[in-house]
Amino acid sequence: MTPQKPGALLSGSARPTQTHSANPFSSLGNFIYKTLTVTELEVRKLRHDPTQLMTRAVQPSLWLLIFGQVFSRIRAIPTGDLPYLDFMTPGILAQSILFMAIFNGLSVIWERDLGILHKLLVSPTPRAALVVGKAIAAGVRSLSQVILIYILASLLGVGIDWNPFALLGVLIATLLGATLFSTLSLIVACIVKTHERFMGIGQFLTMPLFFASNAIYPIEIMPHWLQVISYVNPLTYLVDVLRSLMLTSETSTYPIATDLGILLAATAFLTMICARLYPKLVT
Amino acid sequence: MPIIETRQLTKQFRQTVAVDALSIAVEPGEVFGLLGPNGAGKSTVIKMLTTLLPPTSGAASVAQFDVTQQMPLVQRSIGYVPQALSVDGTLTGYENLLIVSKLYDIPRSQRLGRIQDILGYVGLEDVSDRLVRTYSGGMIRRLEIAQALLHRPRVLFMDEPTVGLDPVARNSMWNLVKQLCRDYEATIFLTTHFMEEADSLCDRLAIMHLGKVVATGTPNQLKASINKPDASLDDVFIYYTGDYLASAGDYRDTSKTRRTAQRLG
Repeated sequence: MTPQKPGALLSGSARPTQTHSANPFSSLGNFIYKTLTVTELEVRKLRHDPTQLMTRAVQPSLWLLIFGQVFSRIRAIPTGDLPYLDFMTPGILAQSILFMAIFNGLSVIWERDLGILHKLLVSPTPRAALVVGKAIAAGVRSLSQVILIYILASLLGVGIDWNPFALLGVLIATLLGATLFSTLSLIVACIVKTHERFMGIGQFLTMPLFFASNAIYPIEIMPHWLQVISYVNPLTYLVDVLRSLMLTSETSTYPIATDLGILLAATAFLTMICARLYPKLVT
Repeated sequence: MPIIETRQLTKQFRQTVAVDALSIAVEPGEVFGLLGPNGAGKSTVIKMLTTLLPPTSGAASVAQFDVTQQMPLVQRSIGYVPQALSVDGTLTGYENLLIVSKLYDIPRSQRLGRIQDILGYVGLEDVSDRLVRTYSGGMIRRLEIAQALLHRPRVLFMDEPTVGLDPVARNSMWNLVKQLCRDYEATIFLTTHFMEEADSLCDRLAIMHLGKVVATGTPNQLKASINKPDASLDDVFIYYTGDYLASAGDYRDTSKTRRTAQRLG
C-alpha cells in the first residue's frame, strides 16, 4: 500500500497566534467548548462500555431494599411524620453520587500511567477545563443512578415529587454534587499519585463523608461533635437539596438556593485548587 | 534561527539534578536524537520542552516561543508522542482523532477531511471504526503519530517511539518517520536508546549521561570522535556513558518501560 500524501501535515512557517485569551468572552467560550470536549471523551468511552453502570446499580439497590426496609420496620430512627424509606431515599441517591464520583481520581491515575493525560496536558486546553470536563462526566454517569433510584423508590411507595421543575432541579443537583466530589477525588489523586495510596484514601474519605452527613439519619440525633462535622460536610447540603426536590413532603433544613449556593461555591473552590495541582500528576 | 533552543536548562527533583545546564539548538528540518541510558534525563528534557514540566532554571524556546511564558503558543506549535500510550483503547481510532481535533480548535468544516487525510497517510483508514484496544502495537504507534500531526505542528516530539515494538513494527515506524522527513522536511526531536534507530533516522545526536550532554554531532562525527576503527554508535554510546549496570535507570523507569512494552506487545 502506498500512502497518499495529504496537503500539509506539518506546517512549514505558519506561526500560531494567540486567538483565545485576547477577549474574555472568547476565553469563556473556549473554556466551555474544551470542557464539553473532555466530557464528550468520557461519555463516548461510557457508550462503548456501559457495563460499569450496571455494576454500580447493585449498591444503592441493596441499601434501599435491605437497609431501608429493615430500618423502616424497626422504627429506630426518628424522622417525624415522614416514613423512614422516604427520608433515606435522597440520602441513598447522594451516596451513589458520592461513591461514583470519588473514584474518578483512580481513572486519572490510570490515564497518567497510560500516557493519555500527557496528551491532554500538552494540548492548548485550560487545566480547569480538563478538571471540570471530567467532573461533569461523573455527573453524566450519576444520572443512571437517578433513574434507578426513582424506579426503585416508586416501586417501594416513596412519595416522589414528579413535578418537571423538581425533576430538573434533581438533575442539576446531581450534576453539581458529582462535579464537586469528582473534583475532590481528582485533588486526592494529584496528591497521592499512586493507585494503592488512592484506594486507601478513597475508602477513608467516603465512609466518614457518608456517616457524618444527614443521609441516613437526621443531624439532630447526632452527638454534638459529629453535628459540627456534618455542617461542614458538603454531602449534607447535597442530601438536603435532594430531599427538598425529590419528595412531596417538605423536610429540608435549608432553602434550595442556600444548598445549591454552598455546593457551587465548594465546587468552584476545589476546581481552582485542582487546576493548579493537575499538571503535577505527570511530574 | 534554531527551532528548538535550550540555554542552561536545568531540572532538579529534591536532591537529584535530572537535567543539568543543558544547552542545545535544533535547526528547522532536522531530525535530532537525544540518546542516553534509562534515567539519563531524556524524558525530563522532552517534558520541559513540551510544557509538561516547568524548568528549575535556565530557558528554552520551541518555534521561537518561550516554554514557560508562552505555553499555549508552544502547545499549538508542537506534536507529542509520549513514551507511554497516548491513545484511548476504549475509543475507536476515529474518535481519538476527533477529540484531538476539537482540543486543538480545528474548524468543524476541516475536521473530517484532515482526519481522513492523516488516517490515509499512516495507513489506518480501514480500521478507523474499530476500538483501539483491538489494534496491534504498530498500529497504535501509527495512530499516536497521526494524532500528534493532526493540528499540523511545526515540531514533532517523540519519546522512545519504538520502545516495546517488535522488529517488523519498529521498521515500519522508522519508515514512517523517514517518509515524514522526505515529504514535509519535518523537524523531529526524538529520544531513544536504540543506537540503530539513532543511526538510521537522526541527522544529529546529543548523548546524555546523568543529566548532562556529554557529546553532540552527526552520527559519523560521533563515531570518528572515539578513535576506534569501524566504530559503531554502540561503541560511541558505551564510550561516553560507561557500561556499568548502575547507570541503567531506576525501578520506576524500568517498570514504566516494561509496562509500555507489555501494552504494545
